[in-house]
Amino acid sequence: MSSQAGPDNENNGEHLPTVREGEEGKGVAVEERDPFANPGLPPHEPRKQDIDERAAKRSERTVALLFTVSMLATVAFIAAFVAIDVDKIVYIFPLGRVSALNFALGVTLGIALFTIGAGAIHWSRTLMSDVEVIQERHPIAATEETEAISKADWRQGTEESAIGSRKIIRRTMLGALTLVPLAGVVLLRDLGPLPGTKLRETMWAKGKLLINMNTDEPLRPADITVGSLSFAKPEGLKEGDHNFNNEIAKAALMLVRIHPGDIKDRKSADWGHEGILAYSKICTHVGCPVSLYEQQTHHVLCPCHQSTFDLSDGARVLFGPAGHPLPQLRITVNDEGYLYALGDFDEPVGPSFWERG
Amino acid sequence: MKKLSARRRHPLAALVVLLIALAATGGLYATFAPTGKAQAEETSQSLAVEEGQKLFRVGCASCHGTGGQGSSDGPSLVGVGAAAVDFQVATGRMPLQQQGAQAPKKPNIYTQKEIDQLAAYVASLGPGPAVPEESQYDPAGGDVARGGDLFRTNCAQCHNFTGKGGALTDGKYAPNIDGVDPKHMYEAMQTGPQNMPSFPDKLLTTTDKQDIIAYLDEVGGDEAESPGGFSLGGLGPVSEGLFAWVFGLGALVVLTIWITARSAKARKS
Repeated sequence: MSSQAGPDNENNGEHLPTVREGEEGKGVAVEERDPFANPGLPPHEPRKQDIDERAAKRSERTVALLFTVSMLATVAFIAAFVAIDVDKIVYIFPLGRVSALNFALGVTLGIALFTIGAGAIHWSRTLMSDVEVIQERHPIAATEETEAISKADWRQGTEESAIGSRKIIRRTMLGALTLVPLAGVVLLRDLGPLPGTKLRETMWAKGKLLINMNTDEPLRPADITVGSLSFAKPEGLKEGDHNFNNEIAKAALMLVRIHPGDIKDRKSADWGHEGILAYSKICTHVGCPVSLYEQQTHHVLCPCHQSTFDLSDGARVLFGPAGHPLPQLRITVNDEGYLYALGDFDEPVGPSFWERG
Repeated sequence: MKKLSARRRHPLAALVVLLIALAATGGLYATFAPTGKAQAEETSQSLAVEEGQKLFRVGCASCHGTGGQGSSDGPSLVGVGAAAVDFQVATGRMPLQQQGAQAPKKPNIYTQKEIDQLAAYVASLGPGPAVPEESQYDPAGGDVARGGDLFRTNCAQCHNFTGKGGALTDGKYAPNIDGVDPKHMYEAMQTGPQNMPSFPDKLLTTTDKQDIIAYLDEVGGDEAESPGGFSLGGLGPVSEGLFAWVFGLGALVVLTIWITARSAKARKS
């Protein structure tokens, strides 16, 4: 409680068992048995630099040398920045062909910083005083006097404001303080428009042709051979459109062709065209592009969390954290021989959300 | 003669006799055996097919069947084309050393002429992609930037952004593409070896393939530049972060311990 008690208590604590045992056992020899006696600091040992002035001079020169090297390295850093062309590539043995400028800047700045640190450490270890000193913490509690003053102040304040007797003011004030944070909560509504049906719909619609992402040409069934992998986007979506990234993030399509006899899921086979299956490329776990396709096993693997889907079995989840199979797009071929979609995905693509159902 | 009979009970005598007998038999066979009727057909193509068939029977038929029709140990080779043979054999993946998750790259034991003969034979089994011309896969003829785009769309999911490769399921993996012959890159894209999907010309045109090869040559070829120095396998921020936390911080901790462990006192305890 009292401010002076801190250090004293510490001392009492250390000697407490000894004192108590001394009273009960009434022997001085008991004090010798105290297993927790504070051994105190060992006697101070001088360093070589403390007793030998020549060693101290040597240390001084070493520290000064390190600081000088740092200065030179900084000058070299500036010189390299000015002199070396940014495109210059040099071969440096273990690293290979690296940028000369990057290498020079890294090495010189590294030396400049390291030698400052090394100099400071060498200085403090060899020349600065190494006598251990104890600095006691100041007491945390305020003095009794200060405490009494602040209590009196508080009492005077409540009396003068009459918050205790004027009940209507006290209650309305509490009401106002309770309500005012609601304003901030209401503002959260303005964080953005509600998602609406954006999570459920993609750009795919009945009649949209499947466009090859590589060539921008509509795909024909004959282009897609067994064992091949291709990526398609819906007709009308062009790279560079202002909404391209938003739309492709939902509509990205992965096309594979599997021998119809190898397709285990009948519905999946019906939704494809002669073994060509069109699956969403967006993982149903957290929406990574899932397209590590193994053409012999028909497994497709997500690079983020290793969810594995079996494309020959309706993109069933074989492994990993994904919760749903990849949605499949119904496709068929039109009179001109091009593949087109028979509608949008019949379930939301990508990761689950609260209202997905 | 006395010298010879004195050594007839030497432990190695039997071995010497055996070697002499084998050499004699082999020599006699080589002298009197009927010579091959390879000269009968004159065109070099059919000659290559015939030579290829002989090589096929020795090196490939045990798994792929005597006519390349496939067996329980290996797929049918009808229609895989010369490009597939050139890729698989020239990179040493075939003949397979043992069945496993995936055929690894290993030193190739065939000459290019023998590979061409094998390829001609397999191509004769059914139509398939031919070995590409150098003008199709020369990295100098490709657009590096466009190739990077195409690589990230079609290939990077398995082979990593700069072609360093990565793991797949059950011990399979996408190999590192650094230093691979551009011809083999082209053939791999076209034929889809093992679990790699194929990218036929209609899906990824010959120009697209050349652009991808140009990109891979830029980031992983012999002359590839790494301006930053330590690429740490080119595996992205995860490996870089791991290196900084484990080795960078580890080195600092070790250095700190080393500094404080050494006593600065004149009298060493």
